[in-house]
Amino acid sequence: MADATFVPARIRLDTLSLSSAGLLLIIALGIAAPLIAPHDPNATNLLARSQPPVWMEGGTWAHMFGTDNIGRDLLSRCLYGIRTSFGIATLGLIFSAVLGVALGLISGLGGTWVDRIMMTITDVFITLPNLLLLLCGIALLGTDVWVLVLMIGLIRWEAYARLVRGQVLALRAEGYVEASRALGGSTFRIAVRHILPNLASPLVVILTLSFPGVLLMEAGLSFLGVGVQPPTSSLGRMIGDGRDYLINAWWISGIPSIVIVTITLLFQLIGDALRDRIDVLTDG
Amino acid sequence: MIRFMAFRIARAVITMFLVLVIAFVTLRLSGTPFEFMYPEGITAEHLAALEAKYGLDRPWIEQFWTYLSDMAQGNFGRSLYTSVRVWVMFADRMPATLAVGGLALLLAIMAGIPLGACAALYRASPGARAGMGFAFLGYAIPHFVIGIGLILFFGYYLRALPTTGLTTPQHYILPVVTLAIPMIAAIARFMRAAMLDAIGHAYVNTAASKGLTDGQVARGHIFRNALIPLITVLGLEIAGLLNGSIFVEAVFSLPGVGRVLVDAVEGRDFPVLQFGLIAYALIVVLVNLLIDLAYVIADPRIRLEG
Repeated sequence: MADATFVPARIRLDTLSLSSAGLLLIIALGIAAPLIAPHDPNATNLLARSQPPVWMEGGTWAHMFGTDNIGRDLLSRCLYGIRTSFGIATLGLIFSAVLGVALGLISGLGGTWVDRIMMTITDVFITLPNLLLLLCGIALLGTDVWVLVLMIGLIRWEAYARLVRGQVLALRAEGYVEASRALGGSTFRIAVRHILPNLASPLVVILTLSFPGVLLMEAGLSFLGVGVQPPTSSLGRMIGDGRDYLINAWWISGIPSIVIVTITLLFQLIGDALRDRIDVLTDG
Repeated sequence: MIRFMAFRIARAVITMFLVLVIAFVTLRLSGTPFEFMYPEGITAEHLAALEAKYGLDRPWIEQFWTYLSDMAQGNFGRSLYTSVRVWVMFADRMPATLAVGGLALLLAIMAGIPLGACAALYRASPGARAGMGFAFLGYAIPHFVIGIGLILFFGYYLRALPTTGLTTPQHYILPVVTLAIPMIAAIARFMRAAMLDAIGHAYVNTAASKGLTDGQVARGHIFRNALIPLITVLGLEIAGLLNGSIFVEAVFSLPGVGRVLVDAVEGRDFPVLQFGLIAYALIVVLVNLLIDLAYVIADPRIRLEG
């Protein structure tokens, strides 16, 4: 019995494991939204407009988190909103990471002049007001979900490029890289076989750290009304649309706000805990 | 020092040039404004005549040159909707944005630096822990959620402060605080880390062992050294502040540039967006140049170099 010898590492109940568990639960809820949402997120019910959440006077269990100004169930909309936000943020992040890693590798392995030009571009890029660039891109290409993914990717590559370049410069001096070069390995082979695998763990950390920023970028654009368009639910859009009803029905904006804050706080906790364990961000 | 500043100025020029290129490309990719001006469609000859009249049939390089010289003469184009000169639209709205942004920057620096410094010097005290807990929250919550929270609490629950517009000095309080909170948090967090880093250095021990008081060491050796990396962070935060102002202006319905920009996106009003991009980039670049100057003042090592 091979299994009998397997002793699982004891899971410690620290910040990292607890907040990761919380976050995984939220992601699972988002993925399972079509199965568990009590109502159709877009079904309006004019008889149940602006109903408060269940813990307030007048709230019912039928609409646990209450309803919005046209009677849509806020719990269902939040679940679908989590799905939308995580979907866009994940795809955008992957795109930006691929772009950043590629540019970072080119910069680190391409020689002095390529490196200098690339670094000037990243330096310049970091000072640009990126929300304005996003707005220009959206005005140009429209508010399709894929446009958001593309634009987020184009805006956020800089941090990864910088990280990868720093690591490449450090790794280039390693014996096995030199050995590969001495044996006639091409730059491409060195990049893919020897450098990329070593980048995996710092990349995972920096991706975790930058996820909430990407999520909030989508939420912010949707809040302004230029991100995800109805009828797709988005947490940011819900907050933005509920603004006009704050005085009578705070929960229309408030509930999705609480959801967003919970998600970003969990990420922040995980990020801080990871940063303490693996100190990759202070060098380079 | 001259070399340092020359390098920075060159970088600022490159940045602005890149922004102008991006703005130009955006504007040209958006198609000709004639499709917009004649929604019912125009004949091919008419279109060609219009393109010739406005120089849109010239090579791109030539168009780019015309565009640059137009800008140099202060000609930034007109809104496709209102035909108002775009710089007039911004001149009307910029004061509100700059006032709220400037006050928020001031508040963030005045609150964030002492908060972070105290949190580092008294790191074991409950007050410091509470302060950093606040910074942790402020760092994670987006502007628009903070704004809505403050409106609900101070505007509707306590009924203590106005929540829309900028008509009286009281109207400034909530927007400025909203815009400042994430920046206070960022500065405090960074300042604390930089102070803790400085505390670990040998010169701090040296200073203490030659008999300086704790206060002297904290001011002259720890604080001063922590300020230098902070200056760089401030430069990066300026762009964040401008981003945030768009959200804060939306939340509090302020008569700033944010509304104009969001409307321009929805209406695909490219001359307005293009000017917004250039204006915001110019602010960021100028502030960063000022920050570089501050660098020179704060760090004598740069002054003595080359």
